[in-house]
Amino acid sequence: MSDPSLSVHDLACARGDRLLFKGMNFTLNAGALLLVQGGNGQGKTSLLRLLTGLSSPEEGEVRWRGQPIRKQREAYHAEMIYLGHANGVKDDLNPVENLRFADGLQGRVFDAARGVATLEQLGLSRCLDLPCRVLSFGQRRRVALAALLLAGATLWILDEPLTGLDVHAVALMEGLIRDHLKGGGMVVATTHQALNLEGVTVQRLLVGNVAIPELA
Amino acid sequence: MHRFLLAVLRRDLTLAARRRGDWLIAQFFFVMVASLFPLGVGPEPEMLARIGPGVLWVAATLASLLSLSRLFADDHHDGSLEHMVLSPEPTVLLVLGKSLAHWLIYGIPLLLIAPVLGIQFNLSWEAIWVLEISLLLGTPILSLLGGVGAALTLGLRGGGVLLTLLILPLYVPALIFGAGAVDGVMAGTGAEAHLSLLGAFLVLSLMIAPWIAAAALRVSLE
Amino acid sequence: MNLYTYASPANFYVLAGKLIPWFAWGTGIFTVWGLYISFFLAPTDFQQSEAYRIIFIHVPAAWMSMFIYLVMAFWGAIGLAFNTRLSFMMARALAPTGAIFTFIALWTGAWWGKPMWGAWWVWDARLTSELILLFLYVGIIALWAAIDDIRRGDRAGSLLTLIGAINVPIIYFSVKWWNTLHQGASVSLTKAPSMAATMLQGMLVMAIAAWLYTITVALIRVRRIILERERQTEWVKALLEKET
Repeated sequence: MSDPSLSVHDLACARGDRLLFKGMNFTLNAGALLLVQGGNGQGKTSLLRLLTGLSSPEEGEVRWRGQPIRKQREAYHAEMIYLGHANGVKDDLNPVENLRFADGLQGRVFDAARGVATLEQLGLSRCLDLPCRVLSFGQRRRVALAALLLAGATLWILDEPLTGLDVHAVALMEGLIRDHLKGGGMVVATTHQALNLEGVTVQRLLVGNVAIPELA
Repeated sequence: MHRFLLAVLRRDLTLAARRRGDWLIAQFFFVMVASLFPLGVGPEPEMLARIGPGVLWVAATLASLLSLSRLFADDHHDGSLEHMVLSPEPTVLLVLGKSLAHWLIYGIPLLLIAPVLGIQFNLSWEAIWVLEISLLLGTPILSLLGGVGAALTLGLRGGGVLLTLLILPLYVPALIFGAGAVDGVMAGTGAEAHLSLLGAFLVLSLMIAPWIAAAALRVSLE
Repeated sequence: MNLYTYASPANFYVLAGKLIPWFAWGTGIFTVWGLYISFFLAPTDFQQSEAYRIIFIHVPAAWMSMFIYLVMAFWGAIGLAFNTRLSFMMARALAPTGAIFTFIALWTGAWWGKPMWGAWWVWDARLTSELILLFLYVGIIALWAAIDDIRRGDRAGSLLTLIGAINVPIIYFSVKWWNTLHQGASVSLTKAPSMAATMLQGMLVMAIAAWLYTITVALIRVRRIILERERQTEWVKALLEKET
């Protein structure tokens, strides 16, 4: 198998009548972070959903390890994890149960000790048996991040991962991203907030009516 | 593959167990719709026995539609549907698991309540027995075809009413064969032919509906 | 120049514009001819007297209502398989006509039923199937109306048409089965006793008229849909400038 790489080729995306972007090209290699920037409604989330394969592009294609993702949907999804605006956390389940089902849906056997350790690492040790309904928004976001860590995917696609997180959690998130990249992982993220990411290869992509890929 | 299917099933069953209120509403709806008919048409035992199978079957389809509108909607709302669709397993399996869970949660209780309603409608024991078999074969069809409607109307305004409009016509064969089986045994012509046809319709729904529902789900999530 | 050229909406728009007058004239000629046969040439039926003449409208409408549904399912399947925009537009353009023919078939069925059966509505197998077909059409049109996003609407509507098309024969069979068990009406509308050659001829001419009418209005509607969807493109802008 070739080295992990995510690339897009002549990608175009339209929402209804409006062409959000076209002719977009970039390649992301192992250990690199792609920071997608742009104003509201410019197509950041649409781009991320194209990259996950949830939606299909108007033109062009997304490739993983050099192959179009639509031809290897299952293999690609085994290596990719997406965290959108919504957390994907069930309110009626407690954090541990949420992780258990997240793991089950990925087709893995749940390691309870590891799950609890991850939740504790994210500062949720006091909420382990509370239904997520009673947790704050930031705490639920942390549960979603725990699922992200446990998934062990190579490629993380994160839509505004810092929204609703406090200063400590943002620092924690930065640490997680750094560790993931150092371990050869890849991250695509949108964010409005500044990230402190020393020693990390950051590519910046401006999404607008005309895309101008800038390499930092 | 089995692990994924089991995970979906376990998850939906756990969630339903945590939200027993919603679950009870669907069952009471079934009882209430069926109980309104004697009030509307009068209490003559012969007439009630005559319309009973049809009424119970119509009530069952309506009760299943009531819960179907939320088959994917709750998971869509909190984002977990996207996670499930993005899992490495085929979406068809997800749809199959969710339809199966819906049947276990909402279909099986109908089977348990139906005999009581059958007594209210003055049905003979033999007729109640056939009613049970017809519901056993028929309610999975409601969950499977309903899954297509739930996927198509995901996130639309007025999705619940629209779902009813889209799916009720597709339920017609199940209704005819199901209620017909009970009618047949009451008229002395036997129920086997009806039940075989109902079984055939179930197999066909099982083979086709999950694929269309999976495609519809991907379309709706775009 | 080959067939594929016309799969592009811009080219099809022009082609449809050229074809519409021909089909419209055809519709007019065949309708007049068909109605003349139906009302003046066809003999009075000795059993059903003059009332039977409604079959010249009813039968072609019922044929078209079912046929249009299958054509929609065909275009939907093509669109889903090959992602061709024009196929979805065709499916959308056909639906209202299909629903109207279904409604006409039901309405004329009721008119025929009153003198024949003594009731406006009888749960006859054909009429009942036709009623369910109307429900299917209404469902598809309602689904399209509820979805704002064109792409999603196209695909969702096609999937619904497809599962409906698989279900239609089963529905028809089940309704027929249900009808025989309940000893419904036995006089069939389409089996007019001793159908004379002129009757058959009238029915066929009216059926051709219904075909031509369907094609005409579908082409008109598809042209409108093309304009609406492609209004951002250069060729539509150029067209609008030329016309104003």
